[in-house]
Amino acid sequence: MQGFPYLSVIVVAPVIAAVIVVLLPKSMTKWSGAFGLVVSLGVAGVAAAMAVAFSSGVAGYQMVSRHPWIQGLGISWDLGVDGISLFLVLLVALLFPIVFFGTGKKRAGDKGFVAWLLVLETACMGSFLSLDVMLFFLFFELTLVPIYFIIGGWGHEKRAYAAIKFFVYTFLGSAFLLVGILTVAVIHEHETGVLTFQLSALSHTHLSSTTGILLFLAFTAAFAVKAPLFPFHTWSPDAYSQAPIGGSVVLAAVMAKLGTYGIIRFDLNLFPRASVTMAPLLLTLGVIGIIYGAIVAASQKDLKRLVAYSSLAHLGFIVLGAFALTTQGLSGSVIEMLNHGIYTAALFLLIGMIYQRTKTWQIPRLRGLQKPAPVLAAVFTVVMLASIGLPGLNGFVGEFLVLVGTFATRRWWAVVAAIGVILSAVYMLWAYQRVFHGRPDVEGAKMREMSWRDGVMMAPLVALIVVLGIYPGPVLNRITPAVEKLVHHVKQVETTHVQAVHAAGVASSHVPQARVLHSPTGTGSHHRRSVGNGSRRPS
Amino acid sequence: MTPQLSIPHVSYLAILPELFMIAGALVLVLAASLLRRRPSATFNTAVAVVVSGGALVASVFLWYNVADHGSRTTMAGSIAVDGFSAFFLVLLSSAALLSALVADGYLRAERIRGPEYHVLAMLAVSGAMLMASATDLIAIFLGLEVLSIALYVLTGLDVRRGESREAAMKYFVLGAFSSAVFLYGIALVYGATGSTNLAEIAKFLTENALVSNGVLLAGTALVIVGFAFKIAAVPFHMWTPDVYQGAPTPVTAFMAAVAKAGGFAALLRVFYSSLFTLRADWQPIIWALAAASMVLGAIMAVVQRDVKRMLAYSSINHAGLILLGLEAATAKGMSGSLYYLFAYALLVIASFAVVNVVGGTKGNDLERYRGLASRQPVLAGAFALLLLAQAGVPFTAGFLAKFYVISAVIASGSYALAVVAMVSVVIAAFFYLRVVLVMFTPGTETAGVGAGAATASVGGGPSDVEGHGALTTESDMSGITAGRVEAAGAGAVAVLADGLGDSEPVGEDVVSVPIPTAFVIAASVGFTVFFGIIASPLVNFAHAATLLF
Repeated sequence: MQGFPYLSVIVVAPVIAAVIVVLLPKSMTKWSGAFGLVVSLGVAGVAAAMAVAFSSGVAGYQMVSRHPWIQGLGISWDLGVDGISLFLVLLVALLFPIVFFGTGKKRAGDKGFVAWLLVLETACMGSFLSLDVMLFFLFFELTLVPIYFIIGGWGHEKRAYAAIKFFVYTFLGSAFLLVGILTVAVIHEHETGVLTFQLSALSHTHLSSTTGILLFLAFTAAFAVKAPLFPFHTWSPDAYSQAPIGGSVVLAAVMAKLGTYGIIRFDLNLFPRASVTMAPLLLTLGVIGIIYGAIVAASQKDLKRLVAYSSLAHLGFIVLGAFALTTQGLSGSVIEMLNHGIYTAALFLLIGMIYQRTKTWQIPRLRGLQKPAPVLAAVFTVVMLASIGLPGLNGFVGEFLVLVGTFATRRWWAVVAAIGVILSAVYMLWAYQRVFHGRPDVEGAKMREMSWRDGVMMAPLVALIVVLGIYPGPVLNRITPAVEKLVHHVKQVETTHVQAVHAAGVASSHVPQARVLHSPTGTGSHHRRSVGNGSRRPS
Repeated sequence: MTPQLSIPHVSYLAILPELFMIAGALVLVLAASLLRRRPSATFNTAVAVVVSGGALVASVFLWYNVADHGSRTTMAGSIAVDGFSAFFLVLLSSAALLSALVADGYLRAERIRGPEYHVLAMLAVSGAMLMASATDLIAIFLGLEVLSIALYVLTGLDVRRGESREAAMKYFVLGAFSSAVFLYGIALVYGATGSTNLAEIAKFLTENALVSNGVLLAGTALVIVGFAFKIAAVPFHMWTPDVYQGAPTPVTAFMAAVAKAGGFAALLRVFYSSLFTLRADWQPIIWALAAASMVLGAIMAVVQRDVKRMLAYSSINHAGLILLGLEAATAKGMSGSLYYLFAYALLVIASFAVVNVVGGTKGNDLERYRGLASRQPVLAGAFALLLLAQAGVPFTAGFLAKFYVISAVIASGSYALAVVAMVSVVIAAFFYLRVVLVMFTPGTETAGVGAGAATASVGGGPSDVEGHGALTTESDMSGITAGRVEAAGAGAVAVLADGLGDSEPVGEDVVSVPIPTAFVIAASVGFTVFFGIIASPLVNFAHAATLLF
């Protein structure tokens, strides 16, 4: 689609702004936060315009911007948006201005903090919009650097430990992802003779079932760590609790979605057959995450860690819906990604406000905050209820769809997962009770009501929590076509596979092998031979 | 019977860059010995820069010449004029140019007035250039020796410092030993094939099926050992950390860029052209060398506290990654290695240039970098970018280099090696980022006394917590005014530093960056970012270098 290059602007503008921030003279440093806010608001405006221009009935990618970039290596600048990525982009566009707005004066005057946040916005946007797998990887990797510095430079006491743990975990996951991406591209090159990383081309690569499963695991390793998914989650409580509030918001609300988005966009598209085969494993991990996250969350004494573990449970739902491989389940996953982003961001912001006043987020040290801060308590209640999944608030929509969609195909997983919904009510309400009820003690007495600034920050989030809870229709209308197309893609391969196996059984020939690619090593040695002749010296 | 000595046709055009370098060295020596007044440092550096620039122009000219007229050999088939050699000539003369500029600042700071640094450096570059364009094992050996002998002396340039002398001695003994091994390998290959000319060897090996090739394999193995020593691949890397650390920092930069490029140039040419038919035999060896270098280099770098030594180990890691391109044994692998070498050479020169100005003569402990960003944001930012590029962060030339070689090994089917490489990259990223984080973490915050910035930053990393503890107890005990708390704190920290012994009071001084060094750093940063984003030109350059081979 020709016209205004919405997507390229959304991706590139923040990083250019970051460079400008770095180059600001000393006398203007104190304005860097304001500059960041203005830029991120501008990006949000462009994203909103993009959402208006987005046509809701279309399943494919829209506003595609495709340019060759490094032709020698087959990498292209290929951006596009569909129903699955649209709302994640809007989520990023919404949260960054809020983070900038909520940044305290000292940090807003810190060039480094502002610049890293802007780089992070580019990286997140780029990850959600890339249709070239390699370009996605570049942005996906790029997210690590700014958040590493944000945690390591501006975090709390154990920041260095948390930052390094986070970095090593996620980078190790990405290592497998890169090898996986390159392998898919090489196999595709052997099949077609074209070296490309475009998702649309690679998703038609024929993979043997073993290769498919191995590659699926390589991709999923990276996404499972990033999400995080049980049992790869151990970095997340440390990173979430040690990051400054802005960092926690972006980590939990946006970057966690990179993992689940990667699973939906790349695992299901590139390895439909392996996704079907491996679904039980991922479903099980998702369910374990739901139950385990809820139980551990209940035992936390630290509000931020509590939200970290509750995120683990919610991300379990997202994975559950994705691997139910039904339209409802997948739609539920996608809308849950948006909803979880909204209420988790709100929760972290509220915890930030509590910390700002009392200098602690340890539950035992907080008591009776409701008395001095009734409005804050009320807002907290709404957000918390959304997180629990109360009907009428946004958290309900996604989890409900996920459970319905999963129940249709994977009954018992859905049944166990439903217990998680109850558990989430237990730990959330219990934490609320301990923090807000009772008589304020020393720390509680320091509590103050929300300022107008805090109110401005929370208003859009609370409004969305309510609106999306009551009227999710417009969102679902945009998500559903893309999701249907994806489910169709997976199902189609599944049925052709079954037919192929069937035919093989009848004819007792090697029909399934015909679809299977030549083993990579075999083609590799062939490749070596041909090149060997070509590189002989001419003399 | 009088032996007839036939002089082969010499194409001076083909060796123009080498001639530039040697002529430059001679000019400097003659000027120093014949002129009545000793030539100034400015004159020496200017000659080195002009000569390197001339060599660069000549190399670019050769590149276009090859593109127009095709590749050929000269001097009885022992020197090649092809894309591969032109690529390395461009690379080596750029490296020579940049390292001459870096050295300038060092020589002034150390008040070394003589021309010996530039003379030796130019001779070393001419040796590396010879290695890159030689197509005869004997010529390669000549180049290797010219390069090595000049480097031995350069390493010991700072004779007043014991470490420098020790490094030179170590480098010399091990280097001479490895040269002997290499020469023995050449002898065995000659014995098995009847020639030292690479084209002849290749011809012999394709036309004859050897029934028993034990001698040839032994020769190949010894040649690999000789090269592995030069490029510092594990397990022939033992000299690297000590020599890199002991040598004067500009020499380290020079060594890391030029010696590695020369070694790899000859290694790639020998194994891609003449011994390619034996690849089933040498690929496993290269596999093991690459894997060991990547993993060990990365792991050992993690435990270093000395930045220079850390970069030395990281260069071992890089050598392993560059070897991936050879292991792949494909055209893509080769262009990947070339791309990597180019990116690495420029990155490493600039990185050591920063180490040179920050460390100076006071040592290169990691603590010297603490809070550098608050004192000198531009320098710290540039160093951060260089380190991030070395770590392989997206949108830098460093990422594409790693991407290139790893995709080459995957394309040739070595999945396990690709995974090993990626894991080593993860480990490596860890130590690069640690330096960056230290630079961006002010030492002042731990003390909590805003005004006492200068004194408080004295504490240092590992002692930060204790320093803080000591500081608070001290101030609690005395309960005095802010100014005196500060003094007491500084005292406590100083005592602590003495107690720990290794953390000397460092950090508060602003280092001055000489303009030539600043130019080098800026050029390298610009190069890294430019070719990280607009990558096609350099990718095509490296690719074409293998096509014209």
